[in-house]
Amino acid sequence: MKHYEVEILCAKTKDKLCFLDKVDPNSTIGEIKAMFHKSHPQWYPARQSIRLDAKGKSLKDEDILQNLPVGTTATLYFRDLGAQISWVTVFLTEYGGPLLLYLMFYFRVPFIYNTKYDFTTSKHWVVHLACMCHSFHYVKRLLETLFVHRFSHGTMPLRNIFKNCTYYWGFSAWMAYYINHPLYTPPAYGEQQVQLALIIFLFCQIGNFSIHIALRNLRPPGSKARKIPYPTKNPFTWLFLLVSCPNYTYEVGSWVGFTLMTQCLPVAFFTLVGFIQMMIWAKGKHRSYLKEFRDYPRLRSPILPFML
Amino acid sequence: MASSEEDGSAEDKENNKKKTKRPFVTAWLTVYNIAMTAGWMVLAVAMIRFYIQKGTHKGLYKSISRTLKFFQTFALLEIFHCAFGMVRTSVIVTGVQVCSRIFMVWFVTHSIKQIQNEESVVLFLVAWTVTEITRYSFYTFSLLNHLPYFIKWARYNLFIVLYPVGVAGELLTIYAALPYVRKSGMLSVRLPNKYNVSFDYYICLIIVMLSYIPLFPQLFFHMLRQRRKVLHGEVMVEKED
Repeated sequence: MKHYEVEILCAKTKDKLCFLDKVDPNSTIGEIKAMFHKSHPQWYPARQSIRLDAKGKSLKDEDILQNLPVGTTATLYFRDLGAQISWVTVFLTEYGGPLLLYLMFYFRVPFIYNTKYDFTTSKHWVVHLACMCHSFHYVKRLLETLFVHRFSHGTMPLRNIFKNCTYYWGFSAWMAYYINHPLYTPPAYGEQQVQLALIIFLFCQIGNFSIHIALRNLRPPGSKARKIPYPTKNPFTWLFLLVSCPNYTYEVGSWVGFTLMTQCLPVAFFTLVGFIQMMIWAKGKHRSYLKEFRDYPRLRSPILPFML
Repeated sequence: MASSEEDGSAEDKENNKKKTKRPFVTAWLTVYNIAMTAGWMVLAVAMIRFYIQKGTHKGLYKSISRTLKFFQTFALLEIFHCAFGMVRTSVIVTGVQVCSRIFMVWFVTHSIKQIQNEESVVLFLVAWTVTEITRYSFYTFSLLNHLPYFIKWARYNLFIVLYPVGVAGELLTIYAALPYVRKSGMLSVRLPNKYNVSFDYYICLIIVMLSYIPLFPQLFFHMLRQRRKVLHGEVMVEKED
């Protein structure tokens, strides 16, 4: 068996960073990353982007050296992706914040509202309901992060955690401030509005969860396989007939419900911003489904049936 | 910060490419930039005439306010130029720059009449006028493929003075406006209300002023980098000759 030689150059400066000799042709890129890490300990594998071409796409960890279009002396390019943080860490932090912050406003801890209201509770029962819904939503997200989701990537750039936490923590504090305010005004159409809102919210929470389970089941444990999602026996998954990303559809629906329940403009604003972001993600996902699978169902739209 | 400078070198190349492929786009952009150059020149002349005739800056803003509002608001089109790919600049950068100008004109000097005779208003008006005349004529000449060196020089050097002057004028004006905003409670919403929201324009203005701290240096050093690239590049070529 012929051994390969691998030289790794910096993608930007073309400097020789590392030379590996006697490399097994069956080595994966992941193994090469581990070897590179030994000679450059500051660049752990998660922050290495290895490519065939300095400006090309990153190779996957699973790619095998001898299957790549390289000679027995392979030249690979390295780009530093920057400090990385695991997806799980990011999700737990960005969801834990809203859960705790909202409760602080709900219990009216000191220094938020006028001192005479410290540790009092609202007299409106919709405020208690809203707290339960909001908390349920984030507890669900935390549990899904720990037990349901299967992530394609292990890590993301470190700066994302600051960006994401600012978004989630900032918005939840802003919403919670008004909903739990002593001068909060309950919804204009009273009981009926709140009940309808609650039904929408719960329906979409179950829907969103059903989609997450369906997506999880598409991918066996430890695998990074990509398949087209299809409706299952669960009626909530039948939305797959009409949209590529029903999890986002249901998520927007949940927040529409919450907006209706609280009749609070900051909540409406948060729903709108979230919708715009999820629409962008859904469009991207839809496009990559179409590119990857020739038989992708034509009826589906990215996020809203027949519309967007 | 309202000086709307952007990277000239990349734009030049793109403008050249677009000229050969999209005559209507080039024609429209040329007309637009000529019109804007003319508009800001009219403003400049009106301001100079007022000062010569009256000898004071009091009442100057009022005399030019309609023209200023017209041409500054018209600049919103530049966002569409970027969005439709007619001009190769980031939509967000252009959007932020144009919106900060619109904010200043409509939400500060137009809405808070008591500060219209402040000296700081003249300060930023002068900075904006000189900047915009330079910028729009730079674009015009670039589109026509005949860029006189002095326009390029002006665009990449005057900002060093004009940018801080403009920022100073804007900040001082907003600062002067604060007590009037506080007193009148304008553009503010208080609790309780049907939509469970509140907004304090006074706090908003303070946040706007604070935002200059991170934003101004970034934009300024971006322009400095562009300057080095554009003007330094020329020096290299001359040496080879």
